[in-house]
Amino acid sequence: MGIEEQLTGVLAKAVTDIDSAESVKEIEAIRVSYLGKKGEITSILKGMKDVSPQQRPVIGKKANEVRDELTAVLNQKKERLEKEALQKQLEAETIDVTLPGRQVKKGQTHVLTQIMEDIEDLFLGMGYQIIEGNEVESDYYNFERVNLPQNHPARDMQDTFYITPDVLLRTHTSPIQARTLENHDFSKGPLKMISPGKVYRRDTDDATHSHQFHQIEGMVIDENITMADLKGTLELLAKKMFGEEREIRLRPSYFPFTEPSVEVDVSCFKCGGEGCNVCKKTGWIEILGAGMTHPNVLEMSGVDSSKYGGFAFGLGPDRIAMLKYGVDDIRHFYLNDQRFLTQFKRKG
Amino acid sequence: MKVSYNWLNESLDLSGVSPRELAEQITLTGIEVDSVSEPANELKNIVVGHVLTAERMADSDHLNVTVVEVGQDEPIQIVCGAPNVKAGQKVIVALPGARLVNGLKIKKSKLRGVVSNGMICSLEELGFSDSVIPKNSEEGIYVLPEDAQIGEDALPYLGLNDAFIELDITPNRADALSMRGVAYEAGAILEQTPKFTGVNLSEDPTDSVDEYVNVSVENSEDNPIYKMRVIKDLVVTESPLWLQRKLMHAGIRPIDAVVDVTNYIMLEYGQPLHAFDYDALNSKDILVRRARGSETLVTLDGQERKLSSDNLVITNGADPVALAGVMGGENTHVTGETKTVALESAVFESSLIRKTAQALNLRSESSSRFEKGLNKETVQDALDHAAALIASLGKGQVVSGTAEVVSEEPAYQTVTTTLNKINGSLGTDLTVGEVENIFNRLGFENSVTVDEISVTVPPRRWDISIEADLLEEVARIYGYDQLPSTLPRSESVPGELTHAQKLTRFTRHYMEGCGLGQAISYALTTTEKAAAFSLEESAPVELDWPMSEEHKALRQSLLSGLLDNVQYNVARQTKNVALFEIGRIFTRQEKDLPKETTHVAGVMTGSLVENSWQETEIRVDYFAVKGIVEEWLDTLGVLEGISFVPFKELPELHPGRTAKVLWNGQYIGVIGQLHPQLAQDRDLNDTVVFELNMEPLLANEQDTLTYESIPKYPGTSRDIAFVVDESVLHAEVMDVMTEVGGKWLRSIRLFDLYQGDNIEAGKKSLAYTLSYLNPEATLKEEEVNSDFEKVKQALVERVQADIR
Ligand SMILES: [Zn+2]
Repeated sequence: MGIEEQLTGVLAKAVTDIDSAESVKEIEAIRVSYLGKKGEITSILKGMKDVSPQQRPVIGKKANEVRDELTAVLNQKKERLEKEALQKQLEAETIDVTLPGRQVKKGQTHVLTQIMEDIEDLFLGMGYQIIEGNEVESDYYNFERVNLPQNHPARDMQDTFYITPDVLLRTHTSPIQARTLENHDFSKGPLKMISPGKVYRRDTDDATHSHQFHQIEGMVIDENITMADLKGTLELLAKKMFGEEREIRLRPSYFPFTEPSVEVDVSCFKCGGEGCNVCKKTGWIEILGAGMTHPNVLEMSGVDSSKYGGFAFGLGPDRIAMLKYGVDDIRHFYLNDQRFLTQFKRKG
Repeated sequence: MKVSYNWLNESLDLSGVSPRELAEQITLTGIEVDSVSEPANELKNIVVGHVLTAERMADSDHLNVTVVEVGQDEPIQIVCGAPNVKAGQKVIVALPGARLVNGLKIKKSKLRGVVSNGMICSLEELGFSDSVIPKNSEEGIYVLPEDAQIGEDALPYLGLNDAFIELDITPNRADALSMRGVAYEAGAILEQTPKFTGVNLSEDPTDSVDEYVNVSVENSEDNPIYKMRVIKDLVVTESPLWLQRKLMHAGIRPIDAVVDVTNYIMLEYGQPLHAFDYDALNSKDILVRRARGSETLVTLDGQERKLSSDNLVITNGADPVALAGVMGGENTHVTGETKTVALESAVFESSLIRKTAQALNLRSESSSRFEKGLNKETVQDALDHAAALIASLGKGQVVSGTAEVVSEEPAYQTVTTTLNKINGSLGTDLTVGEVENIFNRLGFENSVTVDEISVTVPPRRWDISIEADLLEEVARIYGYDQLPSTLPRSESVPGELTHAQKLTRFTRHYMEGCGLGQAISYALTTTEKAAAFSLEESAPVELDWPMSEEHKALRQSLLSGLLDNVQYNVARQTKNVALFEIGRIFTRQEKDLPKETTHVAGVMTGSLVENSWQETEIRVDYFAVKGIVEEWLDTLGVLEGISFVPFKELPELHPGRTAKVLWNGQYIGVIGQLHPQLAQDRDLNDTVVFELNMEPLLANEQDTLTYESIPKYPGTSRDIAFVVDESVLHAEVMDVMTEVGGKWLRSIRLFDLYQGDNIEAGKKSLAYTLSYLNPEATLKEEEVNSDFEKVKQALVERVQADIR
């Protein structure tokens, strides 16, 4: 049998072997056994030395063809086997993707902090600073400096925890206004501040009363501040807290530290103004108090009230949270029951 | 202040405005309306009846069978349980089908087999409160005057066909604590001038008040106006129905015609009055003075009051007969036998009245009006009006003249402003005419020009004294809803969180990321809890007059409150609790206000990871919490200066599992496990806590962070394992290795700690990886080896390590 025939025979045999191969490893073994240094084709070609020089190119060509074809068949089969193996692996690796993920523990911001921070961010964006004062204050800053002298009838409106006759737990965050005003340098620009914090009243705790609660007050003092500016600012605030479609209305009221003083109602976010149990059938919900800073407050802080004026407002995050989320007991805010706290983790 | 719409209608024309519309306008322009009630809306089919016969039912000890004429063809039979029902009375009858308060419906019924075709009503059944019903009608039905028309709607007789507007009056608007004050207010809204009917006072010209009383005042500051009239030859009876119903609807119980008139005039004018039984005074002298320390007075309510020099009293020249402005004396009050009345109308200093009323716990309609101020212009008018009315109801005569001491005339204050100021403050564009119109509506004399606005404020509006007050009047009458909405057009200033505020917010987010929820606890707690866990010795900051022992002292640590929270949760079956709080703690200081320090604290109990289909439970332990704190400190950039030192002295924490946290040697906090005894007392499992003073960390200004180039050369590492006494701390080992580690030593990591089999008792095996790096060049083996050798030697020498 000539070399050519031998080559053809080997190719046929190899193809049969490849056909029956079942793994990449077998394919590689077949590759070595035919094409390796000691493989069958190599050993057939050792017979070349007996071939005539004319015949050599022909056989050489034939040998290359056989090699190429064999390589192609091998690779093809290998690729197929690899694909199958991968497929098997993937099947074997399949998991129940509906099983729960690994535990991630995440805490959440207290709902009162969330409300205060939202308000802080709104006002930071409008150029206000956040100023926190002391929770224990002097009677002088808590009352007298906000235009509530001794024996003022409005002192009845807020029952106070005293530590000594001159020292008390602040009943509002207003003393910060007086302290900030007396230090503010108006040559460096207007005073725009908000002050969030804890305040205290001598009250018996029940579902709607708490001896400790929170307040945020804001104040702007400059030349040429108008009550319309107050109204516009409060409109922004109401929309931020209760939604874009909210409206506000101002009603005359009384606070010793502002004149004129107003109470501010927001159109009911539950019924939209139709009247419901949240707004007590009025369509309006009282959310904050505000007014134009009383000239006495400015003068006592050494600010010329004929030149400077402005507005102040104050609201209670506890009340806002109760209204907004329908919380029915103010004590929830301070007992820190995780079943309560975790309800407010949603950000979206 | 409860305002009767019908009463208000006496001085204003309310025909064009319903009670609810009026209430809405009052709310929007001046005074908050608490509620509007229209009783007739829930009362139906209630008529005047005439009791023809009333006989006790045979087998009952209290039921009467009555026959009542109600304007129908036939009289009807009604069973009535009231003890005071009698034949001949005009009564209030609820016919079958009638509705009473609280939705109660009247039907034909049978009581003990006797047919009852309706009900004879008490005032309570018509919605009057117990506290305003005349004493003689308290225990039964209400008897109408004889001239009541049988069969007519009974509601008008009782003033129930009215609407009542409850005003919530702020301290500055005490002028609206009277019908006249409210009439002026409503008049300004409705653009009407209220018209009040004048007083028709006729005096007995033959008799002068000087024959009766001689008034003097010790200190005019305490009592700027004191006036007295005398009404003689009286017969004191019950008041007529028109007067009784006005009082009842205003929340005042009718007593007798004299007292009722003083209350009625107080409601009308806002001027409290007091009537003395003249003969009981036993003296012509009326002296107003401070009480003396030893004096007492038995007040109207029968209580003996100890007086002091803080109390102003009316005396008969010798002894107190009334507490000025607060309450009369029992011995001189008007009775059925009173023939002559001395009637007082005065102005007392408000803070004096306030103090007395507060000290004796005697707040009344009168005292609160004196406290809040009153219209000095109508002191005499009110007195005249009352005297005339008392005389007319009691068929007596007013003695001519008023005995008085007056040191203060009612002031008409002139307050000025400008149009520019008004528009500049309100953001409006009002004209001279508009502003003028507003002051006219308020009834204030004014002169308004472009350059100056001058307003004369009558004494009835004593709340107005400065320019800002005028601005308020303009704003509210103009209408807040008319104001434009703008934002301040000030110079821009940056609004930005301070460094400390940013770090505080970061801390919150960080703790939340570590699985701890934010808590806000009470700052006031028990004295004992306030001091627990405190990092600094301090006497407690305690309230002078606490509401309860539970909230008496200001906390000196956050942990005390957080632990309460944990206990609260665990007791409610929440086993895994992880909370943190950022808040103030309070330390007492001599002289100054208490020091307030911001702390951060956390508590964890239960499991960090719960048993699940693929995870095994990991319980909270000291190291879990320490890891959270360490990473936080590292993020703040201060970890390098931090050391953790074993700490046995805090009684609330486990002495073997607590570290003091030092920052550059300064004691800033603790991390530790709750003392097992405390845990047991509070029914808690293993609980680990930390508390740190944030202030030094927040105040710490870091250098700007500078980028370090990423190493171009590979580092290398060496492992070392050795055995030491178990008392040797990791921190000591670290100190040794760090000190002698050489310049290429970058980090040291503890990868194994072992005690037990194969390790001698009292010893432990530690294994560390030391990582070396030279950022400039590839490290040479010999360099690292020699550095590592030094570490080994040092460990052997300094902590007696037995290198493995
Ligand atoms: Zn609503």
